[in-house]
This record gives sequence, C-alpha cells and structure tokens, in this order.
Amino acid sequence: MKRFLGFVKKEFIHIFRDFRTLIILFGIPVVQILLFGFVVSTEIKDAGIAFLDLSKDEISRKVIHKTVSSGFFSYSGELTSFREVDRIMKEGKAKAVVIFEPQFGEKFFREKSAAVSIIADGSEPNTATLITHYLTAIIQNYNQELTGSPAEEIVPVKAEVSMFYNPELKSHFMFVPGVITLILILICALMTSVTITREKEFGTMEVLLVSPLKPIQIILGKVTPYFLLSFINVILILLLSWLVFGLPVKGSVALLLAESMLYILMALSLGILISTVSKTMQQAIFISLVGLLLPTILLSGFIFPIENMHPVYHWVSSILPPRYFITIIKNIMIKGTGLGFVWKETLILAGMTLLFMLFSIRNFKTRLE
Amino acid sequence: MARTTSDIAVKPAIEASGVGKRFGPTRALHNISFSVEEGEIFGFIGPDGAGKSTLFRIITTLIAPDEGKIDVLGNDTVKDFRELRKVIGYMPGRFSLYQDLTVEENLSFYATVFGATIRENYELIRDIYSHIEPFKKRLAGKLSGGMKQKLALSCALIHKPRLLVLDEPTTGVDAVSRAEFWEMLKKLKQHGITIIASTPYMDEAMQCHRVALIQEGKILSVDTPEKIRAGFSRKLFSIRAPEKFRLITALKTFPETLSAYPFGDSVHVTFLNDTPVDSLADRLKKEGVNGAEIVETTPGIEDRFLELMEKPGEG
Amino acid sequence: MQNVVISVNNLVKRFGNFIANDHLTFEVYQGEIFGFLGANGAGKTTALRILSGLSSPTSGEVVVAGFNAAREPEQIKRNIGYMSQKFSLYEDLTIRENIMLYGGIYGLKKDQIRKRTSELLRKLRFEGYADRLIGDLPLGVRQKLAFSVALLHEPKIVFLDEPTGGVDPVTRRQFWELIYEASAGGVTLFVTTHYMDEAEYCDRVCIMNEGKIVALDTPARLKETYHAHSVEEVFVKIARPTATHNPLHQMAGSSLTSLPGDSHLKRV
Repeated sequence: MKRFLGFVKKEFIHIFRDFRTLIILFGIPVVQILLFGFVVSTEIKDAGIAFLDLSKDEISRKVIHKTVSSGFFSYSGELTSFREVDRIMKEGKAKAVVIFEPQFGEKFFREKSAAVSIIADGSEPNTATLITHYLTAIIQNYNQELTGSPAEEIVPVKAEVSMFYNPELKSHFMFVPGVITLILILICALMTSVTITREKEFGTMEVLLVSPLKPIQIILGKVTPYFLLSFINVILILLLSWLVFGLPVKGSVALLLAESMLYILMALSLGILISTVSKTMQQAIFISLVGLLLPTILLSGFIFPIENMHPVYHWVSSILPPRYFITIIKNIMIKGTGLGFVWKETLILAGMTLLFMLFSIRNFKTRLE
Repeated sequence: MARTTSDIAVKPAIEASGVGKRFGPTRALHNISFSVEEGEIFGFIGPDGAGKSTLFRIITTLIAPDEGKIDVLGNDTVKDFRELRKVIGYMPGRFSLYQDLTVEENLSFYATVFGATIRENYELIRDIYSHIEPFKKRLAGKLSGGMKQKLALSCALIHKPRLLVLDEPTTGVDAVSRAEFWEMLKKLKQHGITIIASTPYMDEAMQCHRVALIQEGKILSVDTPEKIRAGFSRKLFSIRAPEKFRLITALKTFPETLSAYPFGDSVHVTFLNDTPVDSLADRLKKEGVNGAEIVETTPGIEDRFLELMEKPGEG
Repeated sequence: MQNVVISVNNLVKRFGNFIANDHLTFEVYQGEIFGFLGANGAGKTTALRILSGLSSPTSGEVVVAGFNAAREPEQIKRNIGYMSQKFSLYEDLTIRENIMLYGGIYGLKKDQIRKRTSELLRKLRFEGYADRLIGDLPLGVRQKLAFSVALLHEPKIVFLDEPTGGVDPVTRRQFWELIYEASAGGVTLFVTTHYMDEAEYCDRVCIMNEGKIVALDTPARLKETYHAHSVEEVFVKIARPTATHNPLHQMAGSSLTSLPGDSHLKRV
C-alpha cells in the first residue's frame, strides 16, 4: 500500500509540475464548453429572412410579424415575384424565404389546409434545418393561439423529436453531453497512454519493472490520479454549463455522476490498452487521436445524428463506447429519465469496460518484450 | 575450486550457461557462458550493438533468453523473477530518472517502490549522495551528466541490493566524473555488493576485477584485465611517421606484416617473426615513408581486443 | 608554408546576451585532419554551422575554401562535404540509391554518378551489398559508406561530426584509414567531437571551452605541455583546472595502463 501511495504521489507531481498537462486537464474543458456555447453555437440569431406574400391578408401579415419579432431572424424584405427568391438567396441577404400561397387566410379558416412553403439555403444545411425548425415552431405556435389546437395541415414540416425536449431550440443542450464525452476520452485515454509510454521512452519503465512493483500496482498508480481529476472535470463542466448557460441536470445528479465514473473507467482502461501496444508517446498520441477522438466526434452522435448515417457507419458507431455514454447522459441531463431508460446502454458500457480492463492487464507485460 | 550446493559462500553470484537470444533475424547473443563471483566488480566491454544491454536485461529479468539460462544469486532469471526483483539494483543505459522530479523526490520515490526508506540505507549511499545533496531541491533534468549519474546510482542502491547492474554507467559523462564513479564502486565492495557494469571505454577495463570482452553477441575472452592484456600473443611495435596513410599502406605491402592498425598518432604493428627486419626503416623510406620512428610498446586491452577480433576470419 | 583552406579571424557569434563563440581565431591547412573538441555546449556546433555556411557570424571574418561565410554561404556549401554519426544516409534506401541521391543533390552528371558509384563500391568492397537497404547494414559499414558518399562530389573540405562513436575497434580503424587516405589526397578533414580518443588521431586539435579556444596544437605537443598521457587528460586539466585532487591521475597512475590510444568506443 505504501508503494502504491508513493507511486500515486509521484504521478500527481508529474501532473502538477507540467504546465501543458494542466492545460489539457483543466484548460481544454473550460475552453471547449465556452467555445461550443458562444462561438460554434448551432443556434441561429439574426438569420436573414425574406417573405413572398401572395395572399397579403390579415393572417399572413400576422405570421410575418410574429416571425420577424421573434428575435431569431432579421427582416430582409418582401419580395414581389418568384424570380426574386433565387436572387436574394444568392446575394446572401436571406437564408430563407417564406412563401404564402394566394388566399392563405381564407383557406386557413375555410379549408383548414392553408400552405406555407419555406425555402431555405441548402448550402448551409445545419442553418437551413434550424431555420426550418424555428419557422415551423413559430407558425405552429400562432396556429395554436388562433385555434387552440395544433393545425398540422398548415405545417407540412414535421417537428423533430429534439424540439419536443428542447422547446427553445437551445443548442447547448446538444453539445454539453458531447463535450463531456469527448473530454473524458481525451483526458483519460490520451493522458494515461501518454504517461505510461513516456516511462517506456525515458527508460524509467525498465527500473519499475525490475522493482518488486506488480503490474497491477503500476497500472492503478497511473490511473488513480487521472480518475480523480477526470471526475473533478465532470463536475466542473456540469457547473459551468449550469452557471453560464443555465443548463440544469433534469434527472438524478447522482446517477449521472455514477455513469460518468463508469465511462471514465472505460476510457482509462482504453488508455492502458493503447499504452501496451505503443512503444513511443507519438504512437500513443496518434492512436488516441485517430482511433478514439475522431470517431467520437464524427460517429458517436455528438455532431451528426446516428440515424442519418450509412449502415456501415451505423455499425461502426455501435462498437464505440462514447455513443452509449452520449445516449445515457442526454437521457439523464435533458430528458430527466432514470436508470430504467438507460440500463441497456449502461450494461453495454460496463461490459466494454470489463473487456478492456482484462485485455490491458493481460497485455501489460512483466517483461520488456 | 570445487563447488558443492551446500557451500553457498562459494556459489557464484551469476552463473550463465549457453545463453542465446534472437530478435527476428539478428542474433543478439550467442552461446554466452560466464560466472561472476560474489563481491566482484565484473566488466563487460564491447562496442555498441555487441549485445551488452540485451545480456543485462536478461540478468535483470526484463527479458527471457531463447536458449540457456542464467542463475542470479541462486535464482533462475525466468522462473524466480519476483524474488530477484527484490534484490537487484539496476541502472539502465539512459539514466532512468524522472526529469520533472527533484533529486530528493527521485530518491524517495525509488526507495518507496522498493519498500525501503532513505534513512535506513543512507549509510550505503552517503559517499555518493553527499555530492548531490546540496542540490536536492533541483529537478533531475537540470543536473549535469555527472550529477545525474550519481543520482541514478544512489537510486539503484537505495534498497541495498545484493547485485548492482550498471549498463554503461559512464557513457556521456565527462572524464573526471568517470574516474570518480569507479572510485565509488570500489568503495561499495566493502558492503559485499556484487557489481556488473558494461562499458564501451577500453581503459575502464582496468577498474574491474575481471572483464569479459564482448563482440557481436559473443564473448571473446573472460579474465582479469592484466591476463587479458598478457594474452596478447606477439610483440607489438609502435611506428610513427608524418605521412600516416603512406606508412600504413607501405606496412601492409610487406609480407612479414601481420597486422597494422592506426592507434592515435602512430600505427600498432605486429610481424610474422615478432621482429621487424633491421632494414624496416630503410624499406619504408624506399616506399616513400620518411622519418619513421619504430619502438616496441606494451599492448593494451584494445590491442588484445583487436587481436581477438581478427581471429574469426576477419578480412 | 601550407595552403590555408579555412581561415577564421575574430569570429564572434552571439545569441542575445549569450556569446556562443568568443573571438575565435585559427587556420586550417589543406590535407590536414583538424580536431575541434569541446564538451556539449562549448560552442562547437555553432562554429561548425558558421563554417559550413548554415549560419552567419555576428562579427569577424570567416573564409572557407576561398569563400566568405557571411556573403557566399552557397558557394561554401557546394565545396564542402558533411558526415554526421546521427544522420547521413536514408535507411530505407539501398546503398546504390543513396549514392545516386547524393550525386544528384550535388548536381553530378548521370554517367559521372554511375562511374563514381562503381568505383566507390569496388573500393569499399561493397559490390555484393549494393542493393541492400542501409537499415540492414551494420553500423560500421554504414559509417564507411557515409564518409565515402560525403566525398562523392570531390569537396575540398569534409566536416565530420563524431564519426567513429559507437563503432567497434576494427571498423573504427578502417574508418581512420579512409580518413588518412582522403587527407593524403589533399582533402581537409574537420572533425568535431567530444570523444577525446578521436582527437588522438588528428594532426592538430583545437579545444573549446565556454565559447573560447583554450588550446590549439598537435596531440603530442599538448600532452607534453600538460604532462598528460592522453588528450583526454589534457582536456580534463584544461576544463577543470580547479579540481584540486584529480582522481584521473590516481586512476592512470595506479593502473599504469592508460596507454596513449587506449580508448573508448562510444558516446552519449
């Protein structure tokens, strides 16, 4: 035990004495959260919008007024003909054009089938989708106001599920779980694999192996500091997103932290596994970044919805642990569901953790070869 | 000296028999056998890639041999590696210190890892550690080569090992520190610690009780440095001339020349009948070599090494 | 008396407040094997960079192979060869490919390259290995080859950086024979090293300490002046003049075996 504590102490010295490690540990999470929150916001503000009102009646005017005054859009003007639609979008003055059919108001009341078509700038698909969602929501709201019941016939665009849980369409909700997932993989897997390969590269591993220390003591000694620091990181990110973006954890905080611990363990064992197959820090970094970080960003559902992926990626995604953690954390944080809804993902994650741990302990050699 | 199993006192500290090791197609070690007595300072001398580090890693249980076996302090390096890891002090080729830890932190880390404390074994390292103790708050990475070497030695000794394994401890260290280092090792003898060290420096052979000359994974010779030197079978002449290339080329054309190697500012030569013909200076002159000085000289370890290397059909 | 091929006059190189080269003045003659010694950080590398046209002096005049280092570095580069222990040949190319590559870099003509390649292979008795990868060859063979490649474009001066560190005693001697041969042929060899035994083989050695030249003479005369057995001992006496009790003396004295030339094979 004394040996083990001595080892952990040494690891903490390494971490706290290296400015770069500290930056990666605590600087990156904070920066990422703020970056995603303010800069790379997937929310729209002041997107230009134009109208082609072929009806010009009371109802269509009101919808236009509502849309413009919602605060999400800036008014780029009224068009007089279809030809202008293309021009104003090409000029970049409008990201979307809303077209009301002739006799919009009349049809709305009489036939209950008035149509509005939204033409969005598809060259920016994310913005286009968002604008569509926003507009749909605004029209639906107005519809509800008028009739007291949803009038789906006016709104041909189906609302996405995410809207239901995210009525204000705030994008923070989407990225906080993603950032936590990403950062834990980064810190746990990358940092542990690097810190172990560093000992190999500097030759200190030789002396550690010649010492009476057992492999499991070396592994645990390496992992314990990062486990603690990662856990602190989770709390830090949650606090930050609550204080800065006002994002609460809807479900049980205890459950969320417990799931995070499981995920941290998984990432740490992955890190050890990487270190057992790499000889140099460079290799470890490469494997962590290309093998873990990129797939996590691209395939775990953090940015691109898994549902829209090609079946092959779909399949690849299903062997990525981060994917399950994102689901778990979204459920708990945003939907406020309990273990009952995420037990399957939890089980998969636990199974993966166990597998990685077994592999890495088996792979961690007591000799140099 | 007859050895019995009951007579532990004369049992060698290291007994290697027929050790071989391959890495892919390269044969790193080939049929290595030797034994090291307890309390001895035993040197392995040979160039880069001779197999010294591989051998030391087998002795320290870090790798397993493909053939043969090594008993260290009565334990097999493969089967009993756990036992051995408690009693070996190892200093790998690159001083294995944590550069971002201070002198003191390094020492106390290695002490705890081996289940010892600095206090209980301070006596053992006092002579060595006292040189660097004034800098104990300094990061190991900021130490000079000589100080790093002393710290690494202190770390390897802190658990009072019975066998100290030093892989090229003096490489990359200045001449003064090299000499100091060997003095320290000699003092450790009084604590009954067996020491094996490898070095590429031929002159360091003289600091060991016995040495093994090692080349291309084979041991060329094992003996005391004096006897290895005395093993040089011929008379050795040192010839000096201003035009060195002409001198060597000329010497090589003479039928009685056995070997001619540049050696610093002169050429070390051996002849078939152990004596150069009286007219050698004249003959050299005829070949255009002027002002040749010919003297007989005492062979050094390196001369013997060269002689041993020639034998397995060199050239 | 002799042809001066490198002339250095009051060379100063500063990096901010740090003076890497402090008023160096020396000359190197044609065909000479000139040893440039010093511990790590003594200023060897800085001086070497200036001499080979990679960096310009802060002040002072440096003329190499007839060209001014500050104004004509490109001409200098064309007239010198360089070989370092650490890097010289591409390990994933064959011997032949390496030779062709260097021939091409120095702008030799196709048939010239072909001719010199076969000459070189014959001289080193490497004909059988010509199509083997450098990475598969023993260190000693690589060293010899690297040196020969550095001579391929017939430079006037070749800079050698720790050429024989880590090589076995026999190969190392074969290597020095190649150097002697080049020197006999009029090529100047500028050897930078911190292995004192390599210095024993040089015609003259220049010892650097803290950016200054502290000694410059033949190895024999240096040993005489400092009452030393070897250049290493000379170096220790110069570099650590304050060391009151010098264990090296005890070491040399007690064993009586530090013969001149008894040396080490290796490096950091």
